Parts: sequence; C-alpha cells; structure tokens
Amino acid sequence: MTRPAITPSPRQQRRPRGRTTVASTVVDTWVITQRNLLRNVRLPQVLLFSTVQPIMFLLLFTFVFGGAITGTLPEAAGGEYINWLIPGLLVQVSVFGAGQTAIGLTDDLKKGVIDRFRSLPMARSAVLAGRTFADLGRNAAVVTLMLLVGVAIGFRYQTSFLRFLAGVLLALAFAYALSWVMAVIGLYVKEPEATQSAVFLPVFPLVFASSVFLPTQTMPDWLRVFADNQPITTVTNALRALMLGEGALLEGQVLGTQLLLSGAWIVGITLVFSLWAIRAYRRAVS
Amino acid sequence: MTVTTGASDAVTDAVVEVAGVVRTFGDVRALDGVDLRVEPGIIYGLLGPNGAGKTTLIRVLATLLRPQAGRVRVAGIDVLADPTAARARIGLAGQFAAVDEFLTGRENVVMVGRLYGLSRRDARRRADEVLERIGLRQDAARQVGTYSGGMRRRLDLAASLVGQPEVMFLDEPTTGIDPRNRLELWRMIEDLVAAGTTVLLTTQYLEEADRLADRIGVIDRGVIVQEGTADALKAAVGGAVLEVVVPPDAHGRARELLAAVTGEEVTERDGGRRLRVAARDGSRTLTEVVRALDDAHIISDDIGLTRPSLDDVFLSVTGQPVGEAGDGDAA
Ligand SMILES: Nc1ncnc2c1ncn2[C@@H]1O[C@H](COP(=O)(O)OP(=O)(O)O)[C@@H](O)[C@H]1O
Ligand SMILES: [Mg+2]
Repeated sequence: MTRPAITPSPRQQRRPRGRTTVASTVVDTWVITQRNLLRNVRLPQVLLFSTVQPIMFLLLFTFVFGGAITGTLPEAAGGEYINWLIPGLLVQVSVFGAGQTAIGLTDDLKKGVIDRFRSLPMARSAVLAGRTFADLGRNAAVVTLMLLVGVAIGFRYQTSFLRFLAGVLLALAFAYALSWVMAVIGLYVKEPEATQSAVFLPVFPLVFASSVFLPTQTMPDWLRVFADNQPITTVTNALRALMLGEGALLEGQVLGTQLLLSGAWIVGITLVFSLWAIRAYRRAVS
Repeated sequence: MTVTTGASDAVTDAVVEVAGVVRTFGDVRALDGVDLRVEPGIIYGLLGPNGAGKTTLIRVLATLLRPQAGRVRVAGIDVLADPTAARARIGLAGQFAAVDEFLTGRENVVMVGRLYGLSRRDARRRADEVLERIGLRQDAARQVGTYSGGMRRRLDLAASLVGQPEVMFLDEPTTGIDPRNRLELWRMIEDLVAAGTTVLLTTQYLEEADRLADRIGVIDRGVIVQEGTADALKAAVGGAVLEVVVPPDAHGRARELLAAVTGEEVTERDGGRRLRVAARDGSRTLTEVVRALDDAHIISDDIGLTRPSLDDVFLSVTGQPVGEAGDGDAA
C-alpha cells in the first residue's frame, strides 16, 4: 500500500524520524525551552509574579525595615541595608522563582500538553530539561532586574566585579538546583492550585529562618542552629562574602568554606532531586 | 518479525492490531481483553458510553500507557517494544485540546512539527499548509487564548497532522463542540482519510459513528462487544425497529404492552414521547402491536417500522441504552 501524501509536494514526503539521537535531543530540549520561556513572557500572571513581586520585596524591605536594621549590620554592609539585602534577595527570588518549575509542570500535566509531548517521537528527557532550563533563563532575567533596581536605589558591591559576578552565578546555580526540588513537588502534587501552596508552605519559613533578610545572631538558639546550617543561609553567606567581603560573615566563617558548602549543597540537591524527578515523571504520566 | 519501512509489505494488512490487551487501574479493569484490527485507509469508530475504556485504549495505542497484557502493533511496529518508532507514525488528538494558550496557532503547530523531527524550515512550511487545510490560516497569528473551543480542537488536529502520521487517533473529537463546528470537523476527518491517513476515533455519539465510520467497534466495560459496518450492525439487530408515538398519559401502559408483545427491551426518544422496540418479525410484529394497542384502547399518534439506529444496536448488544443517547443535534 502506498500512502498518498497529504500534499503531493515531494520535498515534504520525508518521514519524521523514529529515533532519538544526541543532536535531536538537543533540538527537542531547545524547542521546549523556548516554548517555556514564552510562557513566562506571555502569561500576564507569570510575568507579574516574576517582576512586580520581587521588586515589591526589594522596595518594602529597603524602605520599611532598612532604617531600623542598619545599626545591627556588620560593617561590611557599608552602613547601607540595601547592600546587605541584595545578596539575600537574589537568593530569595531564586527560591521563590523555582516554585514556577512546579507550577508550570503541573499546568502542563493538567492541560494534556505533557501527553502530547509523550506521543511525539521526541527525546523524553527534553520535557524536564527544557522546563528547568527555561526557569533558569527566567531567573537570570529576574535577577538582572533586581540588580538594576537595586543599583538604582543605592546597592554597590564592595569587592571586585569578578567576585560580584561569581555571586550572581552562584545564585543562579542554586536556583537551578531548587528547580529540581520543585519539579519533584509538582510531579507528586499534580494539581496546579494545590501546587501553589505545596511549594510556598515550606519555602516561606525556610527563607525567613535564614540569613536572607537579617543576620541570624538575634534568633533564639534552636532556630539559629537550624538557620545557620540550612542551604539558603549557606548560599546567602557565600553570596555576601563574594559581594561585600568576608566581613559580612559571622565570626569564624570564611569565604572558602561557605563556597565549598554551597557548592556541595547545589551539586547534592541537583543530583538527588533530578534523579528523583525523572522517576516521579515516569510515574506521574502512566 | 522484521518490519520493512516505506511501502509496507503485505505481512499484515492491518494498520492497527490489538490483541488481548488488558489494562487495570486498581480494581477497575479499564481494558479487559481488547481485540481490534483496523485496515488501512478507513475511519474506524470506537463507540461506547462514558467509562467504557475508549480513552484508555487510545492512550495505549498512542504509547502513553503500557497495558499489563496483550500485543499492540501500529503501522507494523510493535508499540510496546519500540514506542519511539511508533510515535513517528502516529498523530494524537486527545479528549481535550492540548494546545498552548500563550502561543499563536502557528507557533503551536510549528513546535509540534519540530518535535516530530522536521527542520525549522520544513516545520514552518508544513504548519502553513496544515493550517490552511484546517481553515485556521486567518487566525494563525493570534494567540490561542483567544480561540473558541471548536478552533482549539481544529488546531489540535492540525498539530497532529504536521508530522504526516499514517494513523490518527482522535479521542472524542467533537465532544462539546457546537453543531456547525462539528460538521466542519467531520468534513476534515473525511478529508484526512481521502488523503490516505487511517483514522481511529472514539465517540459516544451514535450519529457520529454512523455518519463517519467505515467500521464500528462497540466497546463496553473494556471489551469490544460487537464489530462491523454500521449496516451490518443494524442488520444484526433484526432488520426493523418498531416506533410508536403515544400521548403522555398512555405512555406507561404502552411501554408495558410493547415489552409484553415483543419480549424485547423498549427504549424512549424525545423525552419519552417516542417508544422504540426491536421488531424481529417485521410487519407481523407491527400487526400484533397495533391489535394490542387497540384492545387496550390506546390511541397512537403514529406507528411504523423504521431502520434500526445505532441506539438500537447498542441496546441489543449491551442490554442497556447508551448513557447520553442523542447529542442535541437536530437529526
Ligand atoms: N488513571 C486512571 N486511574 C484510575 N482509573 C482510571 C484511570 N483512567 C481510567 N480509569 C477508569 O477506567 C475506566 C475506563 O475509563 P476511560 O478509558 O477514560 O473511559 P472512556 O474514555 O470510554 O470514557 C473508567 O472506569 C475509569 O474510571
Ligand atoms: Mg474518554
């Protein structure tokens, strides 16, 4: 049986491929990444979430708390809360932003988009990879926006541009690791609405019980032990030491250790949760 | 077992071959031993009520779900052994349009084309052709968020077409679509087949299967209970159906009487005004019923023999009427 083509132009009779290769995996991942990036820009609620909300946090914390807090900050902050705040907020937006990975994923599951992808001869890994890459891209844009506004209202790094840049990259790497955590949450919860709270319930206490907004010294001992050892604090500390100098750290802490610990958290979280997410994805879709 | 691609060899003629497929969800046996063969170039209609297992079967065929038992071949490829190869030859339009609201119609189709493995250029060209065919060229540059339900369904169809599938799986393609768009979709599905694609569609609408499908499989509780052309299925009911229209006050009595005389299940149409029953003996049955109604002093507004519809087929095969019989369309 020969099958007449839908349109009889010979160029288009080429069969779609039935195998995935490294090259086709790269293309598929890029196609999905692009699609997810467009989602961020074109859906007003997502765009608002990733622009207005972080800026609001930045302005509120700077102008509402800034005056009261400045006195308690280490000297490395240069007497300006904004200098202390920006490295913390870069971590905070990374953590909050990672939640979008979960929400985007459940949205796609619910709408049947994932089913469509799975019925196509594309690389399966491209769905999760394209999702986390797009969220990394989105986060880079949000971080840039934060920095622009931050500089406009007085933020200045106190070290070198290279160290400052290293700090930004560290925040992005941490955000990428957290994307995988959020992917796991999304794949278990599955419902977009429920995912919203499943993501933000753990995230809020974790962000506040850290050095993101304030030094941890004044916390009660039990909380301080937790805060000082959780990854959000570690990464924030490393970021501050990179952008403001080691004076921003607690007594006894050095940049090298904080960087090493941060790197270990990032690699560890990425490894564990990406493998877990891949398993959860297989389970969620069959 | 080797399968050559291209002009398919005649090891088997069927484009879809399903044998003994079982899929359970906990205690629910969604597919309970399905056997199915679909010849190339036809529209095969899988007809069944809600919960019959239609979507589950489509998902198995489209490589989205693995059955616990059975064999599945699509376009000569063992779907369970080589799903990726199968995916290159199928198109799926699920029960709900899986299109991205934030992309334009064209972007949606181009994206799927890319994921079928077409180059950027080919994907764009194919997308434009398919959008033209499906009547969405004018709206292709608009975001899908502004599309109506019918347009989304058509776009979903267009997206599946961009990869030039040999087999299209359409899960309830016209459910929830207004009559005008439904006719339009029917026409497109017929065009597809005219162009050489084999279509397997599911439906709850008897009228739809009757109108579109070359062959029909009636599915109920995870089993294909009857298979054949629409005409063959109707003939199997026994040739003729007796239809009686009675005034509302005589409705209950007329119903009992019909059941007693024919010994068959009686169904209702038009909110109970119209009673239908299989007339195995044709005009003899008619005469008997007329006499019985007369004796009971029931005056019918209308009485006569008609060709059986798929409604009657379903009833005779499964022993129960289709859940949502009729579909709101004026016949
Ligand atoms: N993912 C699932 N988990 C549990 N039960 C399911 C699942 N999918 C389908 N079922 C059950 O399997 C049966 C057949 O469902 P389905 O194939 O969707 O029927 P149809 O499409 O004909 O309406 C139903 O009883 C349904 O509840
Ligand atoms: Mg269904």
